[in-house]
Amino acid sequence: MAEVEETLKRIQSQKGVQGIIIVNAEGIPIKTTLDNSSTVQYAGLIHQSVMKARSTVRDIDPQNDLTFLRIRSKKNEIMIAPDKDYFLIVIQNPSD
Amino acid sequence: DSVKDSRRRSRATESSWPGRQGNQYTIRGVGGDEDDGTEIGEGGDEWMHGKTLIKPPDQLDLTEAELKEEFTRILTANNPHAPQNIVRYSFKERSYKPISSVDQLAVHFFLEGNLLHRDSDEARRQKAKQGLPDEKATVVTETEDEKLETPAAGGEEAGDVEEGGGEDGEQKLTNQFNFSERASQTLNNPLRERGCQTEPPPRASFSATANQWEIYDVYLEEMQKQEKNKEKAKAVPKKEDDKGKKKLTLSDDLTKVAKVAKIIERMVNQNTFDDIAQDFRYFEDASDEFREQEGTLLPLWKFQYDQAKRLSVTALCWNQSYKDLFAVGLGSYDFTKQGRGMLVFYSLKNSTYPEYNYPTTSGILCLDIHPDRPYLVAVGFYDGCVAVYNLKEERPEPVYKSSSKSGKHTDPVWQVRWQKDDMDNHQNFFSVSSDGRVVSWTLVKSELVFTDIIKLSLVGAVSEGPEACGTSFDFHKQINYLFLVGTEEGKIHKCSKAYSSQFLETYDAHNMAVDAVKWNQFHPKVFISCSSDWTVKIWDHTIRTPVFIFDLNAAVGDVAWSPYSSTVFAAVTADGKVHVFDLGINKYEAICQQPVVAKKKTKLTHIEFNPVYPIIIVGDDRGYVTSLKLSPNLRSKPKEKKGQELPRGPEVEIAKMEKLLSLLREPENSKA
Repeated sequence: MAEVEETLKRIQSQKGVQGIIIVNAEGIPIKTTLDNSSTVQYAGLIHQSVMKARSTVRDIDPQNDLTFLRIRSKKNEIMIAPDKDYFLIVIQNPSD
Repeated sequence: DSVKDSRRRSRATESSWPGRQGNQYTIRGVGGDEDDGTEIGEGGDEWMHGKTLIKPPDQLDLTEAELKEEFTRILTANNPHAPQNIVRYSFKERSYKPISSVDQLAVHFFLEGNLLHRDSDEARRQKAKQGLPDEKATVVTETEDEKLETPAAGGEEAGDVEEGGGEDGEQKLTNQFNFSERASQTLNNPLRERGCQTEPPPRASFSATANQWEIYDVYLEEMQKQEKNKEKAKAVPKKEDDKGKKKLTLSDDLTKVAKVAKIIERMVNQNTFDDIAQDFRYFEDASDEFREQEGTLLPLWKFQYDQAKRLSVTALCWNQSYKDLFAVGLGSYDFTKQGRGMLVFYSLKNSTYPEYNYPTTSGILCLDIHPDRPYLVAVGFYDGCVAVYNLKEERPEPVYKSSSKSGKHTDPVWQVRWQKDDMDNHQNFFSVSSDGRVVSWTLVKSELVFTDIIKLSLVGAVSEGPEACGTSFDFHKQINYLFLVGTEEGKIHKCSKAYSSQFLETYDAHNMAVDAVKWNQFHPKVFISCSSDWTVKIWDHTIRTPVFIFDLNAAVGDVAWSPYSSTVFAAVTADGKVHVFDLGINKYEAICQQPVVAKKKTKLTHIEFNPVYPIIIVGDDRGYVTSLKLSPNLRSKPKEKKGQELPRGPEVEIAKMEKLLSLLREPENSKA
């Protein structure tokens, strides 16, 4: 438990990291470092994206599974690591 | 009247009618004969006097002959007024057809009367109404007669009765003339409506998708359940386990995120150090083509841990199974500054934070990761203890630790090495220490059992004279029982596990303590040694003198053979430089001499080649570990001749080395 907290703190302190969101399986954010409206927006939109990506990967080969997803845009990069019940979203600006 | 007229006119030819001959006159009777306009009358049928013959003005003038002409008149029963050409539509023939027989009845007189036939129904009804008083009268009269004629009266009575019954029976007949309807209405029960409402069953809407992978998941779960059931059937189920599991599920949600958080951390790091990651993978120093006999080292990640700042790196070891994981032992070489130590594991995927770290009470001096079981790590401490850590377990203490009772060394342990499992499938490792003992430790269940293998002494034989201090050792790669031990006095002993009382060979290697001794990865006869006397020496174990000697101008901390070539090795010195040699290219000088750390005061203490990737890690006495990439020149392989395929593999390496050695031996032989 404390380890996870520490890990999250370390991630947050990495350069360029704008925010971390932990979302549960239903798409509800349970922990975040961003403001409420952004969090809700990110959680909802990314949840769908991840479901779609995972579905794609598993449809091709059911024994396969999604490990992580990176969406790189002009301004920043959104990294999502899905788990069975949760997924973690980190928004980073790598050029900082 | 038409009949009468036709009777009149249709008499026999003999009779002629007065008044008719010659002239045709119409005579009208007073009886109201109707005018027969259709027959003969033409135009003016004025009433005329019967007797006076007046010739009408429009009478036809006929000749005498015509006047005498006789007309025949026939008396028939035909009705002259009846139409003769009635046409009826016949549906059978679908056309109008003349009817052959036409009704000739002519009704002259019609009078409605009130007489009824006495057998008709109406008559009977009337009789019935008047019948009772009549019957009584008749009965009375008949009873009088009865006395006279009983049988006849009886018969008549019977007849009367019959008649009465008949009449009664007749009364009951209903038909459309004397039908009477009787109806009655029952009481209508008042209507009541009763209803009751049940609670609606709870509803929930459910939706799901059925993809291939969802089906697969369900099958997997089923299989797991079945397997669990099988296991339960075999073993007795423990209730405590269930409770324990329940507790786990109730605990904080964040623990489940641990694995994911790790992945994310690595991803973030990859982003932060993106250029390094790219270099690690893809960068090849292009300028190496222009520098024939030189190479460079490209600095990659730098690993440091906050809590290990004041410690120096005392041991480095790559994990054989997970090629990006390496272990760092931290402690202190300084005799005066002895304190705690640390065992830290880093992964190349995350350079900011260690994967595992175990703080220890005493400084670590050496470590080794089991080649087959990558989770077992053997560690040797400055205080003489040895310990084994199991990375799979969560706790920070070692799984096994030697104590003063169980034969720990009395001096710092300088080197540990895992061995192959012994015959009982127990893992075992060797350790060498300054107290002169080479000890074998076996992991038996939960204990460490030690066995002294050999005791080093200053003079050749064992247990004679003061003990020597072993500072390093290495086991032969192929020959299991053969190993080398380097001592503090600068000697190297070749020993065998089998012979505990004697050394096989002793080499006078260095003037100072032998810091490292390592067998060549390919060539079975060659080993290398380094020492604080600034030299690195390469030996052939059959020859007592070194084959190569290199002077590096500074105390050499460590030396390592490369895993990809038998002629390449690297050494680190106390002035912060890394020296890389390739004997195949240059037998006398290093092909790369590069300072690696910023401050010149930091001493480099250890070096290790990665078994797979072309990188080396270098530890220094400030607790940092730097990773460097070898430029292509440093990893050169023998050039292929056109058309020939050079066989790759250890044989080539051995041959290469052999060639070198033979070159050296020849001049020696020639000298000799």
